[in-house]
Amino acid sequence: MAGYETICVELTSNGDDMNISSQSLPGVMSRGESFLRQTFLNQVSVVPAGERIKRCLQCGTCTGSCPVSYAMDISPREVIALFRAGEMEEIMKSRTIWICASCYACTTRCPAGIKITDTIYALKRTAMERNGKSDGGPVRTLANLFIQNLQTYGRLHEGTLIRNYYLKVNARKLFGLLPLGKKMWKARRLALMPKKIKAYESFSRIIKKAQEIEMRYAHDKLEYAPEYVGYKGLGDLKLEQRKGEQP
Amino acid sequence: MKYAYFPGCSLEKTQRGYDESVREVFAALGQDLIEIEDWNCCGATVYMSVQETVSLAVSSRNLALAERMDLDIVAPCSSCFTVLSKTNRILNQMPTMHKDVNEALSEAGLSYSGRTAVRHPLDILMNDVGIDTILAKQKKSLRGLKIAPYYGCQIVRPDKTFDDHENPVLMDKLFKRCGGELVYYPMKVRCCGGMLMTTFEEIALKLNKEILACAVNNGADAIVTTCPLCHFNLESYQDKINHVYGTTFNIPILYFTQLLGIVLGIPGTKLGLDAMFIPAGEKISSLMEKQYA
Repeated sequence: MAGYETICVELTSNGDDMNISSQSLPGVMSRGESFLRQTFLNQVSVVPAGERIKRCLQCGTCTGSCPVSYAMDISPREVIALFRAGEMEEIMKSRTIWICASCYACTTRCPAGIKITDTIYALKRTAMERNGKSDGGPVRTLANLFIQNLQTYGRLHEGTLIRNYYLKVNARKLFGLLPLGKKMWKARRLALMPKKIKAYESFSRIIKKAQEIEMRYAHDKLEYAPEYVGYKGLGDLKLEQRKGEQP
Repeated sequence: MKYAYFPGCSLEKTQRGYDESVREVFAALGQDLIEIEDWNCCGATVYMSVQETVSLAVSSRNLALAERMDLDIVAPCSSCFTVLSKTNRILNQMPTMHKDVNEALSEAGLSYSGRTAVRHPLDILMNDVGIDTILAKQKKSLRGLKIAPYYGCQIVRPDKTFDDHENPVLMDKLFKRCGGELVYYPMKVRCCGGMLMTTFEEIALKLNKEILACAVNNGADAIVTTCPLCHFNLESYQDKINHVYGTTFNIPILYFTQLLGIVLGIPGTKLGLDAMFIPAGEKISSLMEKQYA
């Protein structure tokens, strides 16, 4: 068996996978892949009916329905194929998950009833959990600023959000937006200063508590630790059962 | 009927035309909107795609406040409507999540049972108030006006709500009965790209160009919509689309409540028509002057 492993290592190791042994057997994932799959499945488990990802028949209706698939480097159908093949890393590297505009066209048309948009969200959250390893580009920047804005005021102040976003991403573009800002001001459609909601204190406490609760689940290990590619190892367990749900 | 009104962040200021026209139309039809006191941002789809429990707790605060008023929520913004409805669905399907969210809410002395219904104004106007009541109060006819009804994505998806996923018809019915002519508009539920206008502008410009071109090529005088983000993209970026694609679009974008307000004889200033970047145009102005017999 040792000899077999050595051959596999030679065939599959690209030098940066330090922990070899059983993880480089054919059909078995590297530690990094396994971690990503674990994180992703944890995220899918909070999506109602998220386990239907197992039902994908690779028909491509999602890709055909997606108004932005033409701009993606891997299509929505391929995202599921790559997950199944144990290539989560490829998904994380792509810009696909950041381009999704949440229009839900794929979700409503999927003949297998897969919650594709929500699955893309789960992939975004997986990418976020990798702590800076994933790019995410402008969408991630905007999402972070959006959350910051919401947590600071309780309501979204679009002016502050857009200003901060362009300051981070492309400050010169801010000048290009001045005419629009002026038009909005003249039409009385611009609030210059953000305003906090009155119950701001208690609102912050809700957020803080919810973050605490989210952390409780962050290190949950799935019992059916997914080390194998394909759907092997997912078993018959319903993914939603993770958080102690009754079936 | 009385409703708990959830305007949402964009209706507060940048899309005041929607807010003003919803309030006017509801008042004219004898429906009471009581704004939820000190509501907070629903979190939009951005939050939900990043932090699940936190986003659900944030949107549930509004549902809990409405529950205390013992009223159904009216949410005109498509994104608010979708997020609040989705929160309801998740909490009702996942008891542990529901418990977690209530634990977070209890920090503010709130709790939420999961029972507050989330409604869209179009649903209420067509299904509760009813077209006959609307027609009984009609002051102007839309005769001669060609309309492209643009629903956008999030009021009809992802869940089965009050209209069809692929071919919603409530706005079509409403304005047809008010005398308008509905143009063939297969782009009615095509996505405008939403926040992609900020993050991947070239993609969003293309999507919006297609939505505008379909309306203009089919002879529409105006696009009527239900969503503040669609409205913003279609209206404020027409200049830029013309610049990038060499087109000459100059088509007014109205909220469906603005057009309905006109039908009900409410003056344009009260409907926020003064907030439009592309003026409503001669056809609409002239029908506002004509008295409907």
